[in-house]
Amino acid sequence: MSLFLEIIAYFENSAVADAIRENDVLFPTIESVHVVAICLVVGSILVLDLRLLGFASVRRPVSRLTSAILPVTWGAFAVAASSGFLLFISNATKYLANGYFVAKMLLIAAAGLNMIVFHLISARDLPHWEKDHSPPLRARIAGAFSILLWIAVVACGRWIGFTMQAL
Amino acid sequence: MQAALSELSKWLASTSLSHTIQTVTWIIPTLQTIHILSVAVVFSAAVLVDFRMFRMFERDVPLPEISRRFLRAIWPVLLVLLLTGSLLIVGEPRRSLLNSTFYLKMVLLLAAVLLTAVLQGSIAASPGFWERDRGRRIAGKALATLSIAIWCGILFAGRWIAYTQAG
Repeated sequence: MSLFLEIIAYFENSAVADAIRENDVLFPTIESVHVVAICLVVGSILVLDLRLLGFASVRRPVSRLTSAILPVTWGAFAVAASSGFLLFISNATKYLANGYFVAKMLLIAAAGLNMIVFHLISARDLPHWEKDHSPPLRARIAGAFSILLWIAVVACGRWIGFTMQAL
Repeated sequence: MQAALSELSKWLASTSLSHTIQTVTWIIPTLQTIHILSVAVVFSAAVLVDFRMFRMFERDVPLPEISRRFLRAIWPVLLVLLLTGSLLIVGEPRRSLLNSTFYLKMVLLLAAVLLTAVLQGSIAASPGFWERDRGRRIAGKALATLSIAIWCGILFAGRWIAYTQAG
């Protein structure tokens, strides 16, 4: 048994995971928190993506909008990730065997990678164009990728619910 | 009332549209995905304006401009929510029409729509409406808190519909 699976098993066998599995109210409540947080993650990132595409908030410099939005996004992401972790450990083995769950994790990683590439490479000369109504093509591509990836994340999340065995 | 709703559900479930939604397996998850993505847009738009009322978001931008950028987007997306929500009801009428959580969600939605319209209208009619004096600023923050609470309630109720449906 690999270390990864041992760690997963440790959490899945924990008292917390047991409580989430057995209690009728806990799972839907954590799931509701998860939905609220994900909505704020996706909605707030969309504001930035639409700015990068030149479709909305075009009179705001990109860096100003980013510094206003990202605290909201990261705060919501922290809540989404923590609540998601709690849902995951309640049935870790089954989630890991679910293709949509694995796809969702990979898509979130891809969205993170897209963001890193944008910050480190595409936005190196940000001061030169951040006031332009329509940013350069590489920025618009990053915005478009981000929108598509997050739509796919939400779709996979919903499909997990239809492909998991009842708890 | 209960009997009438039961009859209505039975009739809706017997329509060919309902039959299609029930039998083509990808339709319901797809509708739910579009529904959640739309919720993300509406929820984030409302919450970002509420954060602005607390001066926690883009405080250097005048409130009327924030309202134009974010609150206006809510109305067309609400139509998408109405359409996808209606189709989901047609597909599984008993799941919502015979479920008190669904009616709680609708009451909260009505309150959120009224609150958003009042907020948008007051800002449009008088740009400094919520910032004129101490009393107005406190009232604005109270309204923003109420707005966040109601929208969270809508999202919670939405998730709980799945757990409270009639057998």
